[in-house]
Amino acid sequence: MNYDWQPLLLTFKLASVTTFILCLIGIPFAWWLAQTRIRCKPVLETLVSMPLVLPPSVLGFYLLLAFSPAHWFGGWLEHIAGLKLVFSFPGLVLASVIFSFPFIVHPVQSGFQNLAPSLSEAAYTLGKNRLQTFFHVLLPNIKPQLLAGVVLAFAHTIGEFGVVLMIGGNMPGQTRVASIAIYDEVEAMNYDAANFYALVLFGVCFTILLTVYVLNKKFLTRLCGT
Amino acid sequence: MIELDIQKKLLGAQGEFALDVKLRIAPGEFVTLFGASGAGKTTLLRCLAGLTEPDTGTIRMAGETWFDRRTKRPVQQRRVGYMFQDYALFPNMTVRDNLEFALRKGAAKQRVSELIETMALGELQHRKPNSLSGGQQQRVALARALAAEPRLLLLDEPFSALDHETKLRLQDEVLRLQRRYAITTVMVSHDVSEVYRLSKRVVIIEQGRIVRDGTPADVFSSNQSSGKFSFAGEVLAIEAADVVFAVTLLVGNQIIRVIATAAEAQLLKPGDRVTLMSKAFNPLLVAIDPKPAA
Repeated sequence: MNYDWQPLLLTFKLASVTTFILCLIGIPFAWWLAQTRIRCKPVLETLVSMPLVLPPSVLGFYLLLAFSPAHWFGGWLEHIAGLKLVFSFPGLVLASVIFSFPFIVHPVQSGFQNLAPSLSEAAYTLGKNRLQTFFHVLLPNIKPQLLAGVVLAFAHTIGEFGVVLMIGGNMPGQTRVASIAIYDEVEAMNYDAANFYALVLFGVCFTILLTVYVLNKKFLTRLCGT
Repeated sequence: MIELDIQKKLLGAQGEFALDVKLRIAPGEFVTLFGASGAGKTTLLRCLAGLTEPDTGTIRMAGETWFDRRTKRPVQQRRVGYMFQDYALFPNMTVRDNLEFALRKGAAKQRVSELIETMALGELQHRKPNSLSGGQQQRVALARALAAEPRLLLLDEPFSALDHETKLRLQDEVLRLQRRYAITTVMVSHDVSEVYRLSKRVVIIEQGRIVRDGTPADVFSSNQSSGKFSFAGEVLAIEAADVVFAVTLLVGNQIIRVIATAAEAQLLKPGDRVTLMSKAFNPLLVAIDPKPAA
């Protein structure tokens, strides 16, 4: 059979890097969004949620335009950082971060919103600043939502197809992730190879989601019990 | 000495009203803010803590300015112990961790052990707050507020969620600790018996303004000093019984039936607020579940 592990490894590399970046920016953003009273909050929330409803090809199309060296943004990036985003791994990461943003922001934001405001206020009266409160009081009490957010973002990145196809192309070792490889193999009538990639993805996603549900149940009992 | 003179616009059930309060509290004093819900008591407490900002005014504590036009001392620097209505214990930490988290930088951990002992929390110290009963959580919340060595203790309806027995026990506990640490305390309450038991001074707040200020005995009995009965109640039902009417009233948690004449009954309907008075009879006082002398 004519298949290798490379597309799968690339998929997991992409998902890991994307999830890592999402944690760094998505969690603080979710916190900010949960407590801000800014006027344009609905607009921001809509923008964050857009990837949920927008066809991936739409997002991919505009990203393709923006990333292209002919566009001011793509040109500027290439000029400043020497970064070429179209048909490259960094481009895939950036697109995935945008595309999976709601999957981490939504659960984490609702987690923060469901915490009683008195929790942070209590920490403040005890002399703790916002950062200490965030790490010692808020984050540990939304573990289930954090886990859900991280895993959903990871799993969703694994399952990405349209965006990747639009701006990644199909370059082996660079942008040829498993979901693209499946399509490619089917096109070439290599059903065995397609089946291999599909089966691995199925198994991995199933295992990840199962782990979340099992762990979440444990978290909840631990939070509520002794 | 706390000197407070603040104004703030509040939104109440009957529209906007202004919280406008001028208050001086002596060191070590136990003051209760008393009044109906929505009168602005909790807002006043939150302004003292620094959790809510007044629109205008000044707050001074022992010569330090906590709030005026230029100064806004953040809540973290005020060193107040605030007990929230929902206790606000951190669910991710054990009882002991909750107290240790509250310690000031460099404070000896021994203070935690001491508080755990004084508040009889030894058995519970390794449990998570959500597994504790309301009374136990309340004790932890009080211990945690004290662990930070506050200069001012603020209690927001601390006993409202507890049953009668637990309430009495914890009220004694609060009193004992307040005296032991000689800490200035402001409590919000709408329970008259609580006010009598705990504080020597009560400030009644109505629609954002102080309407009375004095000892509980003075403040609560000023309008009924004749020694006659006068209870506020609600009419639950009116039934005709032969030539008179039987009116069922809810007074506190008690259901009372009284006789009314047809003329009186005509003026009443279920849901009316009434005052129940008695003039002629000398009442009998009988102790409920007499306690053995300690």
